[in-house]
Amino acid sequence: MKKTIFILAFFCLTATFALATEPVKIGMITTLATKAGYLGEDIRDGFKLAIAMEEGKLGGIPVELLVDDDGRKPEKGRQIAERFIKKDKAKILTGIVFSNVAMAVVPKVVRQNIFYISPNAGPSKLAGKGCDKNYFNVAWQNDNLSEVVGQYVKDQGFKNVYLLAPNYPAGKDALAGFKRFYQGTVAGEVYTTLGQSDYAAELATLRAAKPDAVFFFLPGGMGINFLKQFSQAGLNKSIPVFGPAFSFDERILKAVGDAAVGVINGSQWSVDLDNPANIEFVAAFKKAYNRTPTLYASQGYDDARLIGSALKAVGGDMNKADEFRAALKKADFASVRGNFKFGANNHPIQDIYVRKVVKQGEGETAVFTNQILEKVFTDHQDAYVGECR
Amino acid sequence: MLFLEQILNGLQMGVMLFLMSAGLTLVFGIMQVVNLAHGSFYMIGAYVAATVTMKSGSFILGLLAALPATALAGMVVELLILRKLYDRDHLDQVLATFGLIFFFNELTRIIWGRQPLFMDVPDWLSGSVQLLPGINYPVYRLAIILVGILVALFLYLLFSRTRLGMQIRAGATNREMVEALGVNIRLLYTLIFGLGTLLAGLAGVMAGPILAVEAGMGESILILTFVVIVIGGIGSVRGALIGALLVGLVDTLARSFLPDLLRFFMETSAADRMGASMASMSVYILMALILACKPTGLFPVQTS
Repeated sequence: MKKTIFILAFFCLTATFALATEPVKIGMITTLATKAGYLGEDIRDGFKLAIAMEEGKLGGIPVELLVDDDGRKPEKGRQIAERFIKKDKAKILTGIVFSNVAMAVVPKVVRQNIFYISPNAGPSKLAGKGCDKNYFNVAWQNDNLSEVVGQYVKDQGFKNVYLLAPNYPAGKDALAGFKRFYQGTVAGEVYTTLGQSDYAAELATLRAAKPDAVFFFLPGGMGINFLKQFSQAGLNKSIPVFGPAFSFDERILKAVGDAAVGVINGSQWSVDLDNPANIEFVAAFKKAYNRTPTLYASQGYDDARLIGSALKAVGGDMNKADEFRAALKKADFASVRGNFKFGANNHPIQDIYVRKVVKQGEGETAVFTNQILEKVFTDHQDAYVGECR
Repeated sequence: MLFLEQILNGLQMGVMLFLMSAGLTLVFGIMQVVNLAHGSFYMIGAYVAATVTMKSGSFILGLLAALPATALAGMVVELLILRKLYDRDHLDQVLATFGLIFFFNELTRIIWGRQPLFMDVPDWLSGSVQLLPGINYPVYRLAIILVGILVALFLYLLFSRTRLGMQIRAGATNREMVEALGVNIRLLYTLIFGLGTLLAGLAGVMAGPILAVEAGMGESILILTFVVIVIGGIGSVRGALIGALLVGLVDTLARSFLPDLLRFFMETSAADRMGASMASMSVYILMALILACKPTGLFPVQTS
């Protein structure tokens, strides 16, 4: 009898022991291929850094990160999500870079009671009518970084601004976000082809329109091309340029060089933000990857730390879904952005800044990065929260 | 004033397209091979030039390194892969060269990483000049137009005045006959392919300082290049020149003036969106119109 109890007790012990060491699986669907692959790469590296800093754990709970590449294709993102959920039994998904992929994956996933935490894409639909209790966005709503520039440009007294964006939904959203806060006249509103590489024609028209400032949203390589050509045409000497942070991350700046110096852009994060969490993050990232982190890396890092805070609250037991959700909503982690909390639609309420592109050092070792210029919005919330019920 | 400047922009775009399409049309017309990987050589040219320019600080050195590198890469691809495809049908060629695009894109990612490279206009070509009062035009873009004219002249002389050019033209018309006359047609094909990729590489070098040097940059120009050779007539270098200039001008002028034109008929924001959409269609409408009138292109090449 005594022996059986002992054996039973032993089994119970090993069973709970096994449960505790079984790592929590987190599925990351992200974009690593294509020209935009560096965005996914930075989100992944930021996320991995947070895990590495806790030696394989998040919030003291062992985790296993599964990463797969969606190639920027919605249908492929959906397949990967399906596999993470059915085969790997992951209860937490994250990682999507592009809004069109997010729109295809997120609504389907959260309906199955799986948590999705977005480290980047923040389409308006998921912040408004399509919001869900299991969907959290730890980065921003897409319009936010354009809204801040609109406010700043208005505050600075610019009255005749020229607008430029690619002809696709995110491009139109960016211009709409800008115009939500900028109320002056629009000198011209140009929609370019998505993926366009030469902007000579647009620049000539722009010069002829004589605006007192330019606002553009051209993510990735398009932004590199535009900035280089803008400066080659000599326009950077007479017309100031503004944009959301997406064209001014540290990796793009490296490819643009001097042509971007002095450009003012809107962001929720900057490498020089002075808070302990950020100082620790920037130093650790530089040490681990030997490059300056971008805002995407900071979002991946915050994403991991947010998940960690909630895992800690439930002791790694993903069956306690309600407690996990409540813990996520509390956002009880030290964000590298400083102030951070979630609004009613699970999107951030946070401070948003304008930054200025600066060059540090000279010649071969010169580093291009951003410096905070001023805080424009305090506790800013997106425009769609009212539509979320 | 604006109109003149846009014409120059159109010419400059046309010249870039000409550099790309001259090589492609030769390969397509003479060797009967559809080479979708032509854009990859454009990318290789830009990457090699950017790397050498960055390391040495000299744009000319970058240019001098990139040209033989792309020609060599082209000839190696011809020897190893395309040779086996001459007798296959076009679908096999399309599949194989499409695969090459992925191969080269991934290869550049492995060698250079995902970080786009930096390349700037050399000091002696930077800045802009005043052509007429009120028209300031970047020197570098003028240099591109000049290079295009020189290449067109060079190709004209090569084909009409040299023995090699004669053999190439003869090889296009009747391959067996030329072979029977003792010309090594295989070597000739390798040379033509190398020349084609060299021109693509040259276009890549010229584009480097204006554009982002990144994996996959060749695909964005490839589609327009195909439009050009279809408009110009497959296999005709003269057609490629005229086609490229036409496409460059139509695309640039449509992009810059269509929204303004539409503003006469509708309200501003609708005109802007509509204009942008119509401008991106303009080149294809041009192609459809030309093919409707001349199904084999503007300058069809007679082959037996």
